[in-house]
Amino acid sequence: MSQKIKNLLVKNVVTIVFVLLCIFGIVASEQPLPFIVKELITRIGRNSFLVLSLIIPVIAGMGLNFGITIGAMAAQIVMIFAISYGATGFSGLVLCIVLSTPLAALFGYITGRVLNKTIGQEMITSMIMGFFANGLYQLLFLFLIGTVLPIGNENFLIPGGVGIVNTIDLKDNVMYAVDNVWTIKLPMFLGIFGAIGALATGYLVNKYKKSENKILRSRLFFYLGLSISTIVVAIVLQSTVNLYKLFEIPMITFAFIAVIGAFNVLIFKTKMGHDFRTVGQDKHIAHVSGINVEKRRILSIMISTILAAWGQIIFLQNLGTLNTYGSHVQISTFAIAALLIGGASVSKATVGQALLGVILFHTLFIVSPMAGKNLFGNAQVGEYFRTFIAYGVIGLSLGLHAWKTFKAQQQKDKVDIN
Amino acid sequence: MGEILLQLKGISKHYGENKVLNNVSFEVEKGQIVSLLGENGAGKSTLMNILFGMPVIHSTGGFSGEIYLEGELVDISSPVKAMELGIGMVHQEFMLIPGYSVAENIKLNREVLKDNLVSKVLGKDFKTLDAKKMNSDARVALDKLEVGIEEYTKVEGLPVGYMQFIEIAREIDKKNVRLLVFDEPTAVLTESEAENLIKAMRIITQSGISIIFITHRLDEVISCTEQVTILRDGALVANKKTSDTNIVELAELMVGRKIESLKNSEENRAMEMNDIILSMKNYKVGMPGELVKGIDLNVHRGEILGIGGLAGQGKIGIANGIMGLYPASGEVLFNGETLNLNKPIESLKRKLAFVSEDRKGVGLLLDEGIDINITVTSIQVNNRFLKRYGFFTQLDLGTIRSYADGMIKMFDIRCTGPDQKTRRLSGGNQQKVCLARAITLEPEILLVSEPTRGIDIGAKKLVLDALIDLNRNKNMTIIMTSSELGELRSICDRVAIISEGKLAGILKPNDSDAKYGLMMSGKTDIPKEVM
Amino acid sequence: MSEKLKSTIKNIGIPRFVIVTMLIVIYIAAYFLKLNVPRLLSDNLVRMGMNGVLVLAMVPGILSGTGLNFGLPLGIICGILGGLLSIELQMTGIVGFLVAMMCSIPIAIIAGYFYGKLLNRVKGSEMMVGTYVGFSIVSLMCIGWLVMPFKSDAIRWPIGEGLRTTIALTDFYDKVLNDFLQFTIFGVTVPTGLLLFFFMMCLFVFLFLRTKTGMAIRATGSSNKFSKASGIDVDKSRMIATVLSTALGAIGILVYAQSYGFFQLYTAPLMMGFAAVAAILLGGASAHNAKITHVLLGVFVFQGLLLVALPVANVIFPQGNLSEVMRVIVQYGIILYALTKAGGGQ
Repeated sequence: MSQKIKNLLVKNVVTIVFVLLCIFGIVASEQPLPFIVKELITRIGRNSFLVLSLIIPVIAGMGLNFGITIGAMAAQIVMIFAISYGATGFSGLVLCIVLSTPLAALFGYITGRVLNKTIGQEMITSMIMGFFANGLYQLLFLFLIGTVLPIGNENFLIPGGVGIVNTIDLKDNVMYAVDNVWTIKLPMFLGIFGAIGALATGYLVNKYKKSENKILRSRLFFYLGLSISTIVVAIVLQSTVNLYKLFEIPMITFAFIAVIGAFNVLIFKTKMGHDFRTVGQDKHIAHVSGINVEKRRILSIMISTILAAWGQIIFLQNLGTLNTYGSHVQISTFAIAALLIGGASVSKATVGQALLGVILFHTLFIVSPMAGKNLFGNAQVGEYFRTFIAYGVIGLSLGLHAWKTFKAQQQKDKVDIN
Repeated sequence: MGEILLQLKGISKHYGENKVLNNVSFEVEKGQIVSLLGENGAGKSTLMNILFGMPVIHSTGGFSGEIYLEGELVDISSPVKAMELGIGMVHQEFMLIPGYSVAENIKLNREVLKDNLVSKVLGKDFKTLDAKKMNSDARVALDKLEVGIEEYTKVEGLPVGYMQFIEIAREIDKKNVRLLVFDEPTAVLTESEAENLIKAMRIITQSGISIIFITHRLDEVISCTEQVTILRDGALVANKKTSDTNIVELAELMVGRKIESLKNSEENRAMEMNDIILSMKNYKVGMPGELVKGIDLNVHRGEILGIGGLAGQGKIGIANGIMGLYPASGEVLFNGETLNLNKPIESLKRKLAFVSEDRKGVGLLLDEGIDINITVTSIQVNNRFLKRYGFFTQLDLGTIRSYADGMIKMFDIRCTGPDQKTRRLSGGNQQKVCLARAITLEPEILLVSEPTRGIDIGAKKLVLDALIDLNRNKNMTIIMTSSELGELRSICDRVAIISEGKLAGILKPNDSDAKYGLMMSGKTDIPKEVM
Repeated sequence: MSEKLKSTIKNIGIPRFVIVTMLIVIYIAAYFLKLNVPRLLSDNLVRMGMNGVLVLAMVPGILSGTGLNFGLPLGIICGILGGLLSIELQMTGIVGFLVAMMCSIPIAIIAGYFYGKLLNRVKGSEMMVGTYVGFSIVSLMCIGWLVMPFKSDAIRWPIGEGLRTTIALTDFYDKVLNDFLQFTIFGVTVPTGLLLFFFMMCLFVFLFLRTKTGMAIRATGSSNKFSKASGIDVDKSRMIATVLSTALGAIGILVYAQSYGFFQLYTAPLMMGFAAVAAILLGGASAHNAKITHVLLGVFVFQGLLLVALPVANVIFPQGNLSEVMRVIVQYGIILYALTKAGGGQ
């Protein structure tokens, strides 16, 4: 039993360290908890989608897709044009989503083709692809707009008539276009969430009543307990005086996230998803058994890029400003760091890990400047710390994965002779 | 006489100049087990590649001849086509995904799918996997083979013996399968596992499926097949009913060839039999695919010792272990003193030199010149070709160049100059560079593996002559490992035959073909009439 | 004739051919736009010398088989640390520069040792891991710069916490190499000392590669299996190469800083590795093979392109910073090209 617990700890060491780090950060920052929770709700809505876009390539054996930046660029290209021609509100945003899809698919196709030429070095290649694409993106928006390509709104142009301005304000057109369609208060949300959870797990508990699978059953009971306690929390929040019950939950955004989460689970129950898994497990066997490995790999990157484009649109409508040359630059680093903190690795990732990772990473993001200030007398320490965390956790995870792969290869080559 | 399932008529195939199959014909009856027998390079795998429509055949100009399935002329243009025609293959290396369940592996890329709302719009890719049906199908296949494993367990961690059965279950689960090819299926199995496998093969044939059984174990051929087809050097040697033949005859047919003698004058040189230069005791090497499982062998000073045997039996592992390239254990004495295994530098410093069977991987620095290739090992091991300036060393390029020039003359290496990159040399010239590098180390024992593989006739003779010259005039003891029995028998004083990682025996070059054949197939109890 | 041309182009590589042609065209354009060509050429020489050692740092890594050393920022950080120590000790002039080198090399050797250990454990993924080692160390040192106990007023912010973002070398060893034996010919100013130092470093690496150890490193990079069979300790060769690369990175940033006149702290070194990688690739190197001539040609062409393109682009295209965008495209384009050529594809 103690061995089991030890294994569990070792397996989840990254996540556990970050849970502790978050708790420590929350305490050290001395910030009020309601403030942190409110910020966190916003950031979950804003970032989860992007993190979820990473899962399929991981399962398909292509590692962490640093190329989601390219999807984000597709989204921004479409948004800038669409908004300049007057797209506003929810319908405007839906238009952006629709239009960005083929563009992101094209970009994803190109990325996938390149990655098929660099098998074994997909991650560094997708990263450099992102940097390279950023150059082309700058070329487009700094020099081609106003000279070769038209734009719908003169205000978007740098004075002089060539190139797009640095920041585009989304307040008057698409800000909160998804978030504000339908919102409900936090206790209500928790109540509904808990109720659905309880009903679903209750049904499953009943269904597997006689099942021998103890792990499954204990897990179901755990979820059932979780759902019921969520309901209890909801009731307590509703019936007492506190700040939490004023928080608004953007239902459509969360519904989007739920749908994509479900998509990431359900896809692996289909032929396509099963092929992704097969390719990810062993390219050679997949090929021999007749799966078109290259096509599957390209497809997985295309899906990832499209999801990233949608994710970036949701991200920007919440943020309210579009930084033409900056909004997309860091998203792959932060999304990947979040995924890894949630417990994923280069070859394994789940929806749960993605969501947990978003919560932990962004908690850290919220509290670290103040924590830095309180601990070192300098808020910048905290800010640099969170950048370091992002890079460090990616570096650590890549290193560990490479080391394990190398060891496994050695183990495979070694034959027991005695 | 049963119904004919498969008929091959006049199959020929050449890769470039090299004819690998010459007018081969044979038949397989329904429900029959036919064994395909032959040494390495006899053309077995090429024949099977043709049968599976492998791209390697069609990208090299196709083949000539005709293939009939149940009397119908078929064109097997791709592996997919072969599968559609009901030809299946049980691979030697397992094509199994460890993270998947037994059922998922059996149904790999042939998953049972069912429709859902999305798939009706978006097509097959979105159909859901029907796990229940997959499991029950897998169960049926496993039951047919009388295997007791649960279809939902993961393959990871299953014993090796079961893996083969999962592969077979995958093939017989294919509804239209008519012909199964087993490629050396018993090579990795223990004796009892092999027996189970043969039992399973019998069960399969009862449902009318035919089996082509590739093996080198002659007693398995005798015990479980109805028909034997023997190939040698790409040509059909014999088609025999198993009941009409015996082990000795099969061995003879498999090996038989004329001996090209190079050292015709001195049959059986008188050798100082007590002067042992290298002795191995309980010597094991963990070289993947070429395991050496405990060998006792002595090498006499001044002899040319041949090491022969079939591919994958461990003959290649012996030299690689001595040179420290793969983990080895046991006691190895060199000149009476223990040789520290697993340390390449120690072996090199003790004056052992190696010409590897992997010429392009281990033997050469393909992007460096001939001069560097010849000298680099001596630079590292013996500090030769270096100028010293205090702590600082510099390559002595002048000496390196002139030395390389000398070697180029000596071995007649055809090149544009000593700085030509070895990548651009022909196979034979590359081999000469490897040999030059090895003798630059001035070794006492020269270990040479597959010295003539993939090089043309002229270069072959030159390389073998050079070996004899080094042995006679420079007093080098030579251990030559080769898949070419003829070559071993033509220049060696003794030939050790390795089978299943063990020493099967030591033969004289002029021993009979049958003896060689039997030993190579792992028969140690050689019938009296052959001795 | 056209066959010969084709094979020549194929030998140089299409992107390289394009870039070199582009540089020549830009120089010609500069002449016709009445820009000061000798002046541009002088600046090109300076830029070559100041970036050269950083590019040279790529050579040992590539030859030993660890690939393109995207972890160069590690060496750069070590160099900056040494440079700051020298300032802290109030050293000026050429002595200051030498002390900076003396201080930074041991730091770089230690850092390189651990980096080498790491790279030996992640064979096959050196480039990706190296990139993130660089990123991590730069972001970690951002905190370091805030809390390090340097005392010198030239290093610290006069008020507030931490070290300055840019540290001027005017009072220390600004341009000590550049100004050494500098002369002007046909209007072209030649920074003799700088170039001399760069060429000396090149010669040092060239000679090192012809020692027994250097030969072992080259063999390791060409074929691990061959090296093992020749009694070479593969891990040790890779280690030595990594340490050398890191040390050259440290020296490289010192040369860069003395020419530039400033040390740049915090996030400035983050992407510097990519520029060095791009330069050597432009010079003709690949992920597996590099020569000193690749360094010389690459750094001249790449820096020339950045430098000359700027005024030319500004004349043709007054708005925006076209040459910066071109830099991004060329820099990452050539790296991407090298990665796809290096293959790994089946």
